Amino acid sequence: MSDAREPALRLKGIVKTFPGVRALDGVDFEVMPGEVHALLGENGAGKSTLMKVLAGMYQPNEGQIIIGGKPVQMTNPIEAKSQGVVLIHQELSLVPEMSAAENIYLGELPRKSFGRVDWKTLEERSNAILKRLKCRFRAEATVAQLSIANQQMVEIARALTVDARVVVFDEPTASLTDAEKVVLFDIINDLKSQGVGIVYISHRMDEIFTLSDRITVLRDGAYRGTLTTAETNEDEVTRLMIGRSLDLSRNEAAPNFGETMLEVRGLTCAGLFEDVSFTVRTGEIVGFYGLVGAGRTEIAETLFGLRTPTSGEIWVDGQKVEITSPRDAIALGVSLVPENRKEQGLVLQMNCRDNMTLPQVQDLTAGPFVAKGSEIAIFDQYRDKLAIKTPSWRQPTAVLSGGNQQKIVIGKWLSMQPRVLIVDEPTRGIDVGSKSEIHNLLRELAGQGYAVIVISSEMPEVLRVSDRIVAMYHGKIMREFTIDDVTEDSLVQAISGIAAAEPA
Amino acid sequence: MANLTQIPLVRWLMRNPIWGFVLIVFIFFSFAADNFFSGQNVMNILVQTSTIGLIALGMTLVMINGNIDLSVGATLALAAAFAVDVQSWAMFATWGNWQILPAVCIALLVGILMGAINGFIVWKTGVDAFIVTLGAMLGIRGLVFVYTGEQSFYAMNFAYSDFSFLTIGPFPVLAVIFAVAVIAVHLLLSRTVHGRNTYAVGGNREAAVNAGIRVGPHMMVNFMLIGFLAALSGVLLSTQMGAATPNLGRDYELWVITAVVLGGTKLTGGKGDIIGTLGGVLAIGILRNGMNLMQVPAFYVLVILGSILIAVLFLDKRFNRPADGGLRL
Repeated sequence: MSDAREPALRLKGIVKTFPGVRALDGVDFEVMPGEVHALLGENGAGKSTLMKVLAGMYQPNEGQIIIGGKPVQMTNPIEAKSQGVVLIHQELSLVPEMSAAENIYLGELPRKSFGRVDWKTLEERSNAILKRLKCRFRAEATVAQLSIANQQMVEIARALTVDARVVVFDEPTASLTDAEKVVLFDIINDLKSQGVGIVYISHRMDEIFTLSDRITVLRDGAYRGTLTTAETNEDEVTRLMIGRSLDLSRNEAAPNFGETMLEVRGLTCAGLFEDVSFTVRTGEIVGFYGLVGAGRTEIAETLFGLRTPTSGEIWVDGQKVEITSPRDAIALGVSLVPENRKEQGLVLQMNCRDNMTLPQVQDLTAGPFVAKGSEIAIFDQYRDKLAIKTPSWRQPTAVLSGGNQQKIVIGKWLSMQPRVLIVDEPTRGIDVGSKSEIHNLLRELAGQGYAVIVISSEMPEVLRVSDRIVAMYHGKIMREFTIDDVTEDSLVQAISGIAAAEPA
Repeated sequence: MANLTQIPLVRWLMRNPIWGFVLIVFIFFSFAADNFFSGQNVMNILVQTSTIGLIALGMTLVMINGNIDLSVGATLALAAAFAVDVQSWAMFATWGNWQILPAVCIALLVGILMGAINGFIVWKTGVDAFIVTLGAMLGIRGLVFVYTGEQSFYAMNFAYSDFSFLTIGPFPVLAVIFAVAVIAVHLLLSRTVHGRNTYAVGGNREAAVNAGIRVGPHMMVNFMLIGFLAALSGVLLSTQMGAATPNLGRDYELWVITAVVLGGTKLTGGKGDIIGTLGGVLAIGILRNGMNLMQVPAFYVLVILGSILIAVLFLDKRFNRPADGGLRL
């Protein structure tokens, strides 16, 4: 890279905090014109937040954004776009009922006099862009009728409506087939040769090493370094991502495994996961590791009665059981701390106590009324046990920090005295301190004889809490490791589907 | 300002801006309108608001639950028609004043039945309650016209049409019934398992399902309660008028929703309480009564109420809902 040239985009010391979380902590980042700069980091490392700052969706608390040598302030995505910064979203952000053309020019439809939409120009331009992307559908098509991959193409087409200086691709290949990927890489190289700076966010090392010129790594919201792709290798990048201080300090009290509490045999849910078999003993934590979409959450939801399996058996404590609703699961002592605590776990407007007693409030009555005394007793017990920090039980859960919210959800299920506790992504969006608290808590719970399943996309987390690790890829269990024989390499291979080539 | 917010009453009023408004209009009319500030008139206001108030109690439950019921006005008319008509059925001819009992019971059961049908459809089909009850609003009103043959029914039993003039001690019986209902529904909502689960289902349906709460039955119970309260309101209204007209209760759903929303219940569910709803109902009642005493034409009342609705919700947003995560619209 010639340093004489001005970067197309430069971020200096960006800080972004959310209540309770420091999502970005002084991040530096730059892209040269005609460069593909990969941005890497684990889930929750702050990549998406950084890109939202860049696209004007979030305002940074500190730091500068410099585009083409000039510091700028962007307060909304349209403004960012007019500066030549275009973000292609990881989650599709299209209006499904509108046509592809309307989506491509959303917010800046070409106009005629009196604010009428210039449909002819709109369709001509949109079709030209789609042609450039080698798409085989017309711009008049309604987005809802397009396949996910084609919807992704519409999303990409949006970037090409302006003279883009910087285009950000946030996990663009997540929903693309191999053939479509080739087209995408062509487009990226095409943009690159036109002098556009590309920011490429992805988990997939192979893509990053084929495409990128430089790699910047984020971890826990902080800048960890920039490497030149040609001079580095996957090992070095992985080490930067995970961090030298890979905290493997486990609660080394000799594990005390009891009987098999949960056994799953050949469980299949068409299209989501197939032929899944595993066991969990009391006192044991089984970690489920895999990429997002590998089917882990769906297994948990099936065990909790939210999905109906197409075949397979579930055994709890030596009994074959049918679980058709969460009520069944709760009655059998199976509890699920869901992936998304705000959407699935908590009633945010409700106070802490009411949230914690939600599943058992019908059993806490005195006459016709809810017995407030026994509710508060339960809340106090688990507040102390889990060290939940809240001024009082009257606090609505919406105002608590992520870590304390998660503890409320965990406390809710512990108070039901479960036999099997399933915890899905227990530390997503939770700051580092609370993370290790929750890890310790999970180890303690196993020590007390609970059978625990932890689903996580973060390798340090599964390595730290699990006694055994089940690696999943595309709805199948690839391999099972005990904590003593697992290595990061073998784990990464297993969840990328590479192990499938080897004899099991 | 900093000191002001230390006063518990001020803080309470900031959380319930509608009661601040009730206080202001009450004081205003006490000075501005002759005859307003008297025990007798306060009783009048309670009697006048009891009709909409009873339904508003049910609407609070249904809306906290994340639903809405637009069919209450029609249910009210149907129940009123039954209450007046059944009294004159031949089989009860010899029952004397006791003929009122089966009439009222049937009317109330009709209300519960209408609510049950609404609730059952919402539960089993998953169609939005707005649509289901919009259909019910049209359909039940149609039934009223079929049943009454577009005629008004007149109550022949004077014990029935005199009922609304009864008093218990100094209190008119209608005001007492309303007060009892307010307390009962308040306890139901704030103290019972059903009330708690009503909030949970409306606040986060997914979390409620995950907690093993059976969402459907709770919704159905609330629809039955509002059906019952609408029918009760219809019966009481017909005792006041001594008759049931097929157009009884037109637009009541809108008044009721206005009162409930004024009282701080969220249209999206999960938030609200009976104290707020009572404030909303009283605000409307006081305003109508006071302006009536001042001989302001009724149309101005509508203009003012509409403005107040928006103003109160604006204040609520300012005080109680800080901007959502920097996302500007």
